[in-house]
Amino acid sequence: MPDLSRRRFLRISAASVLAAGLAGRATSAFAGWSEGSAAAKGGVRTVPTFCDICFWKCGAIAHVRDGKLWKIEGNPEDPLSRGRLCPRGTGGVGAHSDPDRLRTPLIRVSERGQDKWKSVTWEEALEYLASRMAKIKADYGPESMALFSHGIGGTFLRHLMKAYGTPNIAAPSFAQCRGPRDVGFRLTFGDDIGSPERTDIANTECLVLIGSHLGENMHNTQVQEFAEAVGRGATIIVADPRFSVAASKAKHYLPIKPGTDLALLLAWMQVIVTEKLYDADYVAKYGFGFDAFAASLTGYTPEWAFTETGIDPETIRTTAREMAKHRPATLVHPGRHTNWYGDDTQRSRAVALLNALLGSWGRKGGFYQPSSMDVPAYPCPDYPKPARPKLDNPGKRYPFAHEGLTTGIREATITGKPYPIKGWMVYATNLISALPNEAETIRAIQALDLLVVVDVAPSEIAGWADVVLPESVYLERYDELNPELFRDPFIALRQPVVDAPDDQKPNWWIAKRLAEKLGLDTYFPWSNIESYLDTRLKGAGYSLAELKRRGIVRGPRQPLYFEDGASAEFETPSRKIEFYSTQLEKAGFDPVPRYTPPEGGPAGSFRLLFGRAPMHTFGRTQTNRLLSDLMDENAVWLNATAALRLGLKTGDYVRLKNQDGAVSERVQVKATQRIRPDCVYLVHGFGHTAKGLRRAYRKGASDSGLITRYKTDPLMGGTGMNVNFVTLEPVEGA
Amino acid sequence: MSRYAMVIDTRRCVGCMDCVVACKTENDVPEGYCRDWIAETVHGEFPTLQMEIRSERCNHCAEPPCVDCCPTGASHVHERGGVVLVTRDKCIGCKACLAACPYDARFIHPEGYADKCTFCIHRVEQGLAPACVSVCPTHCMHFGDLDDPQSEVSRLLASRANHTLLPEAGTRPHVFYLT
Repeated sequence: MPDLSRRRFLRISAASVLAAGLAGRATSAFAGWSEGSAAAKGGVRTVPTFCDICFWKCGAIAHVRDGKLWKIEGNPEDPLSRGRLCPRGTGGVGAHSDPDRLRTPLIRVSERGQDKWKSVTWEEALEYLASRMAKIKADYGPESMALFSHGIGGTFLRHLMKAYGTPNIAAPSFAQCRGPRDVGFRLTFGDDIGSPERTDIANTECLVLIGSHLGENMHNTQVQEFAEAVGRGATIIVADPRFSVAASKAKHYLPIKPGTDLALLLAWMQVIVTEKLYDADYVAKYGFGFDAFAASLTGYTPEWAFTETGIDPETIRTTAREMAKHRPATLVHPGRHTNWYGDDTQRSRAVALLNALLGSWGRKGGFYQPSSMDVPAYPCPDYPKPARPKLDNPGKRYPFAHEGLTTGIREATITGKPYPIKGWMVYATNLISALPNEAETIRAIQALDLLVVVDVAPSEIAGWADVVLPESVYLERYDELNPELFRDPFIALRQPVVDAPDDQKPNWWIAKRLAEKLGLDTYFPWSNIESYLDTRLKGAGYSLAELKRRGIVRGPRQPLYFEDGASAEFETPSRKIEFYSTQLEKAGFDPVPRYTPPEGGPAGSFRLLFGRAPMHTFGRTQTNRLLSDLMDENAVWLNATAALRLGLKTGDYVRLKNQDGAVSERVQVKATQRIRPDCVYLVHGFGHTAKGLRRAYRKGASDSGLITRYKTDPLMGGTGMNVNFVTLEPVEGA
Repeated sequence: MSRYAMVIDTRRCVGCMDCVVACKTENDVPEGYCRDWIAETVHGEFPTLQMEIRSERCNHCAEPPCVDCCPTGASHVHERGGVVLVTRDKCIGCKACLAACPYDARFIHPEGYADKCTFCIHRVEQGLAPACVSVCPTHCMHFGDLDDPQSEVSRLLASRANHTLLPEAGTRPHVFYLT
């Protein structure tokens, strides 16, 4: 079973209210950003805070001119943004001024899904919500409420729901996003990749991207370091069915057949092992089970891989040798969204093993050891112990899931087993498009007595809610502190820059008020958020006043690499890097990765792939006028030759129809050389069907709506979503 | 004298459009309009492709056709740095400049005047780089004085292969792309 250590647990809970004794060391040293922030200059006031348009949490400085939010720039003291935000952070102004925002609390007055509401006061909404939650607790027990939450903003609601007594808390970021990667690396190195990832792109000499589209996927620090790597001439190797932006910067572009990445990884390792190009000292010192692993690679020759991947054997050999040439400063990027084909943990394990062969874990230009600053928790009573265990993963069906499974909670909600789930609280995640198979989500919702959504926009999931609570956006609120686990440790403060335009309230306020109505006030002993934050910061040797002025305080960098003293401990059963996993073997899985070819689709169909655009985050930014001005609908990427065959050209409108008959909104064709002829590609987050999202309503196609099928990873319950196939149907008269 | 120029490294640019949104907030560019944009040029056939990504805007040409054709003198070359600007209250919105510009760099602002990139001259005069340059997360954009041989832009142009857009138009652009 997974070896979940205390140290690791503490690291991953670094952002939680009750996280005590975080990894890393306390310090009061900081480098000063001394230009008076929050100071007025020529009618312009500046306020340091950190961004919330994605989960990267970049330090920002908001500029207010004549009382109105004007622009947002990066905080030069912040090691994440390094003084420069991404387009979403710069466009955060549009989140505040978005005319499609939720404005007041709403209570549903008709059938679920009919979009009929009455506006109510906060008092009325919270009173109603508390009475419904109390009834669920009385009738079914507190475990029958579940919380779905995404991002640091959900901290206080997570705290509330634990105090209420439920263990059923999950986020799509695990089973729908980075879970397979985290499990694959944990099984191999006994540690996490983290977020922000501990990838040392800044120092890499050879960067290998497998489906990771940095530059389109705009994780700020990584993209900045990627551009630096390109600028200094680092070797870039990209395997992707699509000629991504990153591919256009690559020395070697490998146009891989979708679903065959594991074959390529195995062949690379076969070359490196057979030609003895691996870091033998590193493997001997830190590795476990190398011989059995090496023996398992025998049949995975480049010639074999060619038939699976379509990548010619010489290219496989050349790129493998290139990786070895630069080791240990070769970084095979673990990716982030890795729920693709259902074998994703084993593929991620192969990525981890390739890095292990190259000796890049714990080495400069590979993976560094992150650290964080110690910020003591605000003293609180212990949470009540739930009478029943969490139900997302009954009987540890997915033995290596180390976070909650959203889709497991959904399934239990539908079946009522092992016990009923009667209420969902959903914070800042649009479950209708975040989870695969929308119909299952709606079926689960229909089994609920209560669905409450806390969010900033009237998203699809809000449309199904019984109670909708409008949250203020990050520029209008305090949130939990961010003591980031990163290359350069720091503590960052989010603070209000401007007032919320209407009756929106911050998450901390909503959680505290609801707690009072539920009789849980002892869990919220602070009089207000300022006193909560000040108490925590004083415990770390700082104060709220200082953080309000500076936005961020930094601690000294700790050793990053084995050679300068970073810990070379591996929290695996063998205490070594596990080339051969006895944990997997005991649980009945392949102890070394083994390739199974992906299943194909119906004749004449295209595999549906999806990804990111740099100016949008999921489906959350399409009503932001600044960002939607940059891209307000997506297009379906179709290979130019395939388009010619189908009689389609760029700008033609089509609908996508999948293997189960699901049909998309109309979407423009982008006929391009930049994609293989056996797949099509959509940027995720478009094709909204919620009428309240006026700017985004029915613009472009939703990949989510076409993901009716998913393939579950047997190791950790992640939902592989690149297993759907579509045809393109012309739209008459469009 | 000075000649302001922008030098943009197409190898580093990822086309994220941060330059576009920063310009919009810095200069209050109205919804639906932009003064800069991203262009992509793709050559070849899958999978053997080359792609150039460029952040484009007014080229602040040394021979600006938009200035030559302006009937009111609204479009003019600024005394400082050779920046091409529009004096709003002299502009009658006749669109002659829109037609003359080979780069499609201008639009009519909803308030009735021709609008476009100013090289953020209001920032430059305070010693700051243009907004697009100062926000770019890939550090692909550089701004400076071509008449100063020691400036970063002069040194980059001397050391790296580069091109301008539509050199055949004879406009002598002051925006350069490193390749």
